[in-house]
Amino acid sequence: MKYIDEYRKKDLIISVAEKLKSISKKEIVLMEVCGGHTMAIQRFGLPSLLPSTIRLISGPGCPVCVSSQHFIDLAMAYSKIPGVIVTTYGDLIRVPGSTTSLEKERANGSDVRIIYSVLEALEIAQKNPEKNIIFLGIGFETTAPLTAAAILEAKKNNITNFFVLSAHKVMPPVMKALVEEGVKIDGFIAPGHVTAITGTAIYDELASVCGLGVVVAGFEPVDMMQAILMLTAQIESGAPKVEVQYQRVVHNDGNKIAQRMLSEVFELRDDQWRGLGIIPKSGLKIREELSSFDAEKKFQVEVPESTEPKGCICGQILRGLKTPVDCGLFGKKCTPTDPVGACMVSGEGTCATYYKYRS
Amino acid sequence: MKRKEDKIMLGHGSGGRMMHDLIADLFLKHFSNNILDEQTDAAVLQVGSHEIAFTTDSFVIDPLFFPGGNIGKLAVCGTVNDLAVSGAEPLYISVSFILEEGFPMNELELIVESLAAEAKKAGVLIVTGDTKVVNKGKCDKVFINTAGIGRMKVENRNICKAQGINPGDVIIVNGTIGDHGMAVMNARESFNFRTTVESDCASLNQLIQEVLDKSTVKFMRDPTRGGVATVLNELAAKTELGIEIDESALPINKGVKAMCELLGFDPLHIANEGKVLIVADQKDSSTIIEILKSNELGLQSAVIGRVVNDHAGRVVLKNETGGRRIVDSLAGDQLPRIC
Repeated sequence: MKYIDEYRKKDLIISVAEKLKSISKKEIVLMEVCGGHTMAIQRFGLPSLLPSTIRLISGPGCPVCVSSQHFIDLAMAYSKIPGVIVTTYGDLIRVPGSTTSLEKERANGSDVRIIYSVLEALEIAQKNPEKNIIFLGIGFETTAPLTAAAILEAKKNNITNFFVLSAHKVMPPVMKALVEEGVKIDGFIAPGHVTAITGTAIYDELASVCGLGVVVAGFEPVDMMQAILMLTAQIESGAPKVEVQYQRVVHNDGNKIAQRMLSEVFELRDDQWRGLGIIPKSGLKIREELSSFDAEKKFQVEVPESTEPKGCICGQILRGLKTPVDCGLFGKKCTPTDPVGACMVSGEGTCATYYKYRS
Repeated sequence: MKRKEDKIMLGHGSGGRMMHDLIADLFLKHFSNNILDEQTDAAVLQVGSHEIAFTTDSFVIDPLFFPGGNIGKLAVCGTVNDLAVSGAEPLYISVSFILEEGFPMNELELIVESLAAEAKKAGVLIVTGDTKVVNKGKCDKVFINTAGIGRMKVENRNICKAQGINPGDVIIVNGTIGDHGMAVMNARESFNFRTTVESDCASLNQLIQEVLDKSTVKFMRDPTRGGVATVLNELAAKTELGIEIDESALPINKGVKAMCELLGFDPLHIANEGKVLIVADQKDSSTIIEILKSNELGLQSAVIGRVVNDHAGRVVLKNETGGRRIVDSLAGDQLPRIC
């Protein structure tokens, strides 16, 4: 299949691996920020191809995993309001809240619908004028422009029963926060699809101020190996910088239209990340002038104080401090069928990935 | 007993582990008997001096019409295949309808015509049935329940039991996997993928009969809901042996592969309705492949893996780049990834 097969060629992967072995001297830690990367690394068995000097750790780039418990609990509370249809991307419905999950609330009679694009939520709103449709907006700069587009479309068409509960987040502040917190990282494998929207300038500070290498990577094994090679070369030569491996998709300036939509609809706010706490200016809030689409403004619900599941170390895993196998619940009390923490729910969650590819 | 969920959720019907747990923890607990406990696709019953295979199935598919078939054709194929993979010769089936008030008569006629045509093709007679109509909104258009009876040949008696399986045995499939699930999903959701993916929905009894007549098969199962992964996991658990699948050997349609890549699905978890997984001794492998390939329902047949001594009870997939991963049964409902 075009755009897939050529990036999964075994010979090419092996030749990059050999080059990597010949240049890698220092012991380094590279963080893949994006959950999609974590999945690709495990799926294609890349760790077994790396020299022992290179260690990969997973970062906080799984949208479902980093969404706060409070957000999940809020979504649950909304789903119980009469006349509300909650629309969501699939993964979220199985995330355990403090007491229940959207999947269980659906079985209890709540109208919770899985959609594949936020524009479907708009269609549902138009077809059900007597109902209130709440879309659970999660994800980074990749999914946020779509939510922005939907809000602008709703405004244009005077759709007044469409609301967004935004837990959208942006990537750069969390990457910086991890470095400032002292997590040992020598370089970032930066998320390809986020950068396709934002452009590469968002990483400049990490390279120039923090002295870290950043390589924006694609999601196929050849992409990943090449990005690791580029990062290693930077670190070995002592010249960290921002580079793009995923050139077939990412332009330095990013996608200007999407950027414009994002800033038209959202403004930055301090936001809660699961396991990481509040990170300044890391979340996207719907702007005041569009607040008629903001679910938090429209629906006032009581949400009891959220509790994180006991024994779950999702937070430390999201910070790259621990791996799933360090968790006492992993594979025992916490499995994809019966997840305790969010990292076990999403296909891109570090725990779910480790579970699937454990051997 | 202590149950994890206090309400039925969609995942309980997805053919994966949740359904498996529901069957084990509730149905088997109350219904347990020697025949049911075998948990085969069809029950094998002694009636006088004869052995018959008996099965039942229900069809609640949405949409009713999809590329490659409709609920009527599916009802016959599903019932016939459950009997055929058990080693029986399907003979008679029943068809019961639950119809929603207001359902268009012309659509019902199309469904009934398909039922009749597929039954004729498969060589089974529809010999009894039932009709119920419920108030609008009390069911989704049309639900069909079937039962099927087949004649069991003594020599095929053990095929459903997964006995005598040894390391080195091969696993064969009669063609591309995941076609039915993806065709239906594409028809149901608003993806608008421009693809020619069609359901593989077909009655396999004649193909299977030919294989049974001309070669030796140790085990067969149709990988419907839950896909190939679920059948192989059940087999690994039952035999306490490992199963290794070779990713490059899996026959997968381009369109199915592309949809799975986009949605983050694993083709091994997607439903099939015209596929059979066959376990056989390595020495019989080429004969079986030859028989399958000479039939239009087996043109893309392939050996996709083997039974191994390692990783007992687990299914492991080897990919082309040297990676290995565990292939689990589907945990709950198949969910799309979000970005």
